Amino acid sequence: MIANAGNPLTGDPVVFMPEISPGAIGGRGVKLTEPWIVRAGVIGFSAAFMLVFVCVPLTLVFVKAFEKGASAYVAAITEPDALAAVRLTLLTAGIVVPCNTLFGLAASWAIAKFSFRGKSVLTTVIDLPFTVSPVIAGMVFVLLFGIQGWLGTWLDARNVHILFAPAGIILATMFVTFPFVARELIPVMQKQGTDEEQAAVVLGAGLWRTFADVTFPNIKWALLYGVILCNARAMGEFGAVSVVSGHIRGATNTIPLHAEILYNEYRMNAAFAVASLLAFLAVITLVIKKFAEVKVKDELAVRGNHTAGGR
Amino acid sequence: MNLSARKMNRRSLPGFGLTMGISMLYLSLIVVIPLSALFFRTFDLTFPEFWKIILSPRVVASFRVTFGASLGAAAVNAACGPLVAWSLVRYEFPGKRILDALVDLPFALPTAIAGITLTTLYAGTGWFGSALLPLGIRVAFTPLGILVALVFTGLPFVVRTVQPVLETLDVEAEEAAASLGAGRWHIVTRIIFPSIRPALLTGFTLAFARALGEYGSVVFISGNMPMKTEITTLLIMTRLEQYDYSGATAIAVTMLIVSFALLLSINLLQARAGRGQ
Repeated sequence: MIANAGNPLTGDPVVFMPEISPGAIGGRGVKLTEPWIVRAGVIGFSAAFMLVFVCVPLTLVFVKAFEKGASAYVAAITEPDALAAVRLTLLTAGIVVPCNTLFGLAASWAIAKFSFRGKSVLTTVIDLPFTVSPVIAGMVFVLLFGIQGWLGTWLDARNVHILFAPAGIILATMFVTFPFVARELIPVMQKQGTDEEQAAVVLGAGLWRTFADVTFPNIKWALLYGVILCNARAMGEFGAVSVVSGHIRGATNTIPLHAEILYNEYRMNAAFAVASLLAFLAVITLVIKKFAEVKVKDELAVRGNHTAGGR
Repeated sequence: MNLSARKMNRRSLPGFGLTMGISMLYLSLIVVIPLSALFFRTFDLTFPEFWKIILSPRVVASFRVTFGASLGAAAVNAACGPLVAWSLVRYEFPGKRILDALVDLPFALPTAIAGITLTTLYAGTGWFGSALLPLGIRVAFTPLGILVALVFTGLPFVVRTVQPVLETLDVEAEEAAASLGAGRWHIVTRIIFPSIRPALLTGFTLAFARALGEYGSVVFISGNMPMKTEITTLLIMTRLEQYDYSGATAIAVTMLIVSFALLLSINLLQARAGRGQ
């Protein structure tokens, strides 16, 4: 067809047609990759870049943690201050993650399943904590609850302590980590549309039944990944927590703050032993992510076929 | 037609009021009210006072260090990230899946852990530091150290925004170009690069924005010398510790405005890229 049409400007027939072999159109026979030397170069460079910036640092954490032997490692993570830090970290994550998960589910349901004015503004506000520096995130709570702050003196008179207390740490962590679940869920729920939910509602299911029996099975892997990432960030948050904690040993130190103190006291191996707990958590998070990612793709693919077939 | 479908949609699914209510309440309590407290606090300052704080030499020096290192790190990631993404999408090699998973490590590893690890690695006695020292290169406690830390934290942003675009790239365009006799270099620069450019720009901006606010991974390696290697977030921290709330607020608001501008430009970029498709 193209050959018959010719070049519209000159009227000349198009000359390149005969050069296309039948195989080329199918994708074979056309060179769609680079010479091996380029390939090897690019792979080598990428691997080296990743090795220097990611693999070696990760290895170092574990090497330093176990340098003085397993008993020193166990001693470092079971000393009372370390245990107190672990407890506070678990408490923080234990409160922050469920709250943020509930918010993530509510926000993604409202955003993905309904259309309303100001949706893009809402999505932008949800993203805000990603762009706010953790230090500034912690600072806003100092401004609110500090002695010079708006509520500070009022709360102090009533003997309520938020700053330099676990409550402040929990609030700051909540701020920093709250977009994670919503961010994972919104795109998945948007792509899945509302057909199945509407069918369920027509059949008489209420909100809870619709969510639990129809939506949840479709989003469970995305939800798991969001929760896991939120958890990793909640346990590892440093900047925001550092501002509000006051660094009171045994009382307001989380695991990262405890690692910082040990590091500053030149107790390197103990610092890395404590740090390795969070490095373990990061590695586990990545493994679950990899696994969940495949499942999320399946979730989307299955749904995609449904809608494609239905329309 | 579309409008009535929307109305249907809204009426037929339950839970809009409930979920919207929870979202708005939570957002207001945790984000909007605390953040607006910061902005209201700046009204305690007069304009001349505000400028005096922002333009004081130590603050300006911290801006220079922070912006310089952040731009540099985002540029390094913008240059190397696409190559990593390309290897992961287009090539097969042993250990590829592990490498792919590790791209997210800077995102999952707490910043303080990254900070003490990189510092130990690049200090004069560290694995890398002791190798670089004979060459006269000092990384820890210099601006170069800040750059290294920020390259680490920014790495996933560029790779993870470029990678999905490469995955969904239409091979037919490449086939067509190749069958028309275009060389591989030509195809890469004229067909593949233009299609990943918006993603690359988004990734660059994300990495840059993240770097500006970074604290944990940088404070250990930077050395924190005022005027030389003191980053802005640390300066905010210092002012807070001295109970200089006005000083901290002025610097923080300036940083926030820059971050919001960057967020806005990312959104515009993505809206434009979305229209182009």
